[in-house]
Amino acid sequence: MASISGTANLPRTGEATAYRGLMAWLTVVDHKRIGQLYLMSGLLFFLVGGVEAFIMRLQLMHPNGHVVSAAVFNELFTMHGTTMIFLAVMPLSIGFINAIVPLQIGARDVAFPRLNALSFWLFLGGGLLLNSSWFLGGTPNAGWFNYTPISGAQFSPGLGVDFYDIGLQIAGIGTLISGINFLVTIVNMRAPGMTWFRLPMFTWTTFVTMILVLFAFPPLTVNLFLQTFERLFHAEYFNVAAGGSPLLWANLFWIFGHPEVYILILPAFGIISEVIPTFSRKPLFGYVSMVLATLAIGFLSFMVWVHHMFTLGYGPWVNSIFALTSMLIAVPTGVKVFNWLSTMWGGQLRFTTAMLWAVGFLFTFVLGGMSGVMLAVAPADLQLNNSYFVVAHFHYVLIGGSLFALLAGLYYWFPKITGRMLNERLGRWNFWLMFIGFNVTFFPMHFLGLEGMPRRIFTYSPGFGFTFWNEVATFGVFILASGVLLLVMNVVRSVAAGERASADPWDARGLEWSISSPAPAYNFAKIPLVRGYDPLWVEKMHGDGRMIPAPQAPGAHHGPLGMVHMPKPTIVPLLVALTLVAAGYGFIFNQLWLEVLALLLLGVALHRSMFEVDPGEYVRVRPEDEEAMSAHG
Amino acid sequence: MPMASVTERGLVGASDRPVAELGAQEPMDNSVLGLWVWLSAEALFFASLIGVYFLLHTDTNHGLTPQTAFDLPLTFVGTIILLSSSMTMALGYNQMRRGNVVGLRRWLVATAFLGLAFLAFQAKEFTGFYSRGLTLSSSPFGSSFFTLTGFHGLHVLFGVFWLLSLLAYTYKPTFMQEAKTKVQVLGLYWHFVDVVWVVIFTFVYLMGKVG
Repeated sequence: MASISGTANLPRTGEATAYRGLMAWLTVVDHKRIGQLYLMSGLLFFLVGGVEAFIMRLQLMHPNGHVVSAAVFNELFTMHGTTMIFLAVMPLSIGFINAIVPLQIGARDVAFPRLNALSFWLFLGGGLLLNSSWFLGGTPNAGWFNYTPISGAQFSPGLGVDFYDIGLQIAGIGTLISGINFLVTIVNMRAPGMTWFRLPMFTWTTFVTMILVLFAFPPLTVNLFLQTFERLFHAEYFNVAAGGSPLLWANLFWIFGHPEVYILILPAFGIISEVIPTFSRKPLFGYVSMVLATLAIGFLSFMVWVHHMFTLGYGPWVNSIFALTSMLIAVPTGVKVFNWLSTMWGGQLRFTTAMLWAVGFLFTFVLGGMSGVMLAVAPADLQLNNSYFVVAHFHYVLIGGSLFALLAGLYYWFPKITGRMLNERLGRWNFWLMFIGFNVTFFPMHFLGLEGMPRRIFTYSPGFGFTFWNEVATFGVFILASGVLLLVMNVVRSVAAGERASADPWDARGLEWSISSPAPAYNFAKIPLVRGYDPLWVEKMHGDGRMIPAPQAPGAHHGPLGMVHMPKPTIVPLLVALTLVAAGYGFIFNQLWLEVLALLLLGVALHRSMFEVDPGEYVRVRPEDEEAMSAHG
Repeated sequence: MPMASVTERGLVGASDRPVAELGAQEPMDNSVLGLWVWLSAEALFFASLIGVYFLLHTDTNHGLTPQTAFDLPLTFVGTIILLSSSMTMALGYNQMRRGNVVGLRRWLVATAFLGLAFLAFQAKEFTGFYSRGLTLSSSPFGSSFFTLTGFHGLHVLFGVFWLLSLLAYTYKPTFMQEAKTKVQVLGLYWHFVDVVWVVIFTFVYLMGKVG
């Protein structure tokens, strides 16, 4: 990955002149490079979480395994889940959102470029703080949803849960800021003609995802604060003996947690909705129903949280209502699946690697959706809850759904992000190994769950009848892992020496393909005029194949000729994030001086930067970017 | 170039309509819209805290209860002070619109002073509770009460920091060119924090007193 962070990949001219090398990355405000940072960090955390999973599968391969102790196993499954959800899948989604959404709507950057950098540094700082727990005396070990009372001071006396609370708090603030940033960007920064019902589906799903972020993260913030106060300052919220309620944690967590799983899957739906039309040479089937289905899923995602707690004893009425709302989500999701299939129907299909991932997604995601509906049946859930059936279900939707779609997005947008193509031959091997490995690993877990194997047990006896399918699952992991290694190899090789990408290597439809690969710093030499849905395709069919510049709005600010005004790089976002991480360590290790010092520095940084108007800087437009736009207009 | 026919989703030519009709209507300023979006998240934050308080406020661990603890006259004075700070904030915004930076500074100081006075009343209330045994760790009622009102107090404190920070910034020569948005977003935040207090005063203090 090192060469992404070198200067080799910077656009040839027109990049920020102030800094070079490492400083260019530490002061980054360009949404495309922040996107690259998210993608690289997300991939690294994905490998960390993958190693954790690999060790767990080795432990479970045979009965009475001795690879790790029970205590370490608890830490492994807790960190695996937390890492994959908060530090791998979400940042990978946000990476694509950063890299692509401003290009899709014809903007030069996001609404708040400096806040965008702050979001990234907070995510990275929170993630590193959480993972530093491996070396600093106490790793979180109460499961990724960290239920009370097991996560309370009595049963988790070490520092592990504090790392969880404070690490996720810091990363969560970063995500919330991203949410605000992209909502404002999509509302305010669309190019002329980019009306709501011409927005690309990926931008639409981003919009709904960020609404979910906005409303789902505050309850998590509160929950994490409550637990921090209970553990550090002896407050009483969850302790039954003192009159508190452990169900409070569970409810607040899942009020966040269920929208969170849609935060993980909606961008994936968006990616699939971009890839399938391109490689079918057809517009997306049922665009309006797709938008409405996305909104419906977003709305319903706040109405189903109790289905995570059917066994907590809320009774048949509550359980029935939440079972019904949960099954209802299958309707808009089904609409989407049929729309994707109908888009492919009669299309000129091209099975590139991106398309293979998209079709693989359709197959596995539908399986995951089916087991989801089975789990939504409350009486059945009383049997299946906390068994490997649940593990099978959420890996089918998180890997077979989110991750497969993200990999479709990687193969699809990699040329636009790096300027080079991923190797298609390696890509096919990568796809088939991971697709087969994934199914061999996780399909047997349905059987294990139905046979009664509970999740999170660190070993089992030979007589339980779990041995055969566990061996199969671990065998599958070796296939899956070799696929992941090919993926890493492909990315590293292609970044360094991949085939140079043209502006539009896939003969695609959206605005992002109308500009060079990689996109220049200013994205568009002139803001394009959007004349219809799939704007580039409209120009290919009705124009000369190039975007028409939008007429200048009267009274628009004019800079020097041939120059574009862009945000200026700054180190302040990184410094602000560092003060919060330092304060986090202060609270974990109970160092008053560090807390006070860090928060004072935060105040100084805010005071010095919160009103500052970014003077920006002028970037020279390359002639080829001028020529990439139509002379008409 | 063929001028486009109108398709299902309204394909239009470049020259058909002015840009203003093509979705580029005068947008709300990014900062103002961003602040509204942020406040909607803040609303959820306080809604969660209020929910926690409603769930836990009856668990008093044989200590002080809402009825026995709250000193309504004291809190009422604090409430009046905070509400008047919304007025001074609005007066400051008015001065800014008239281009009177001195008037703006005066009202920013007044607003910050009222904010600090509210915090002083809250500190007096909190120390009174602590001396009577109602603390963050004495009972779920105490814990949820101090979390809710404490986070509100922190928001007021951050608002005071913001007011004073902006006050210092008004001495920058070019300030009045940037003033509109900067005062507007601060005003939105300050009024929001006030509105949250009205909710807390009604549902925590008044309803708590009647039981």
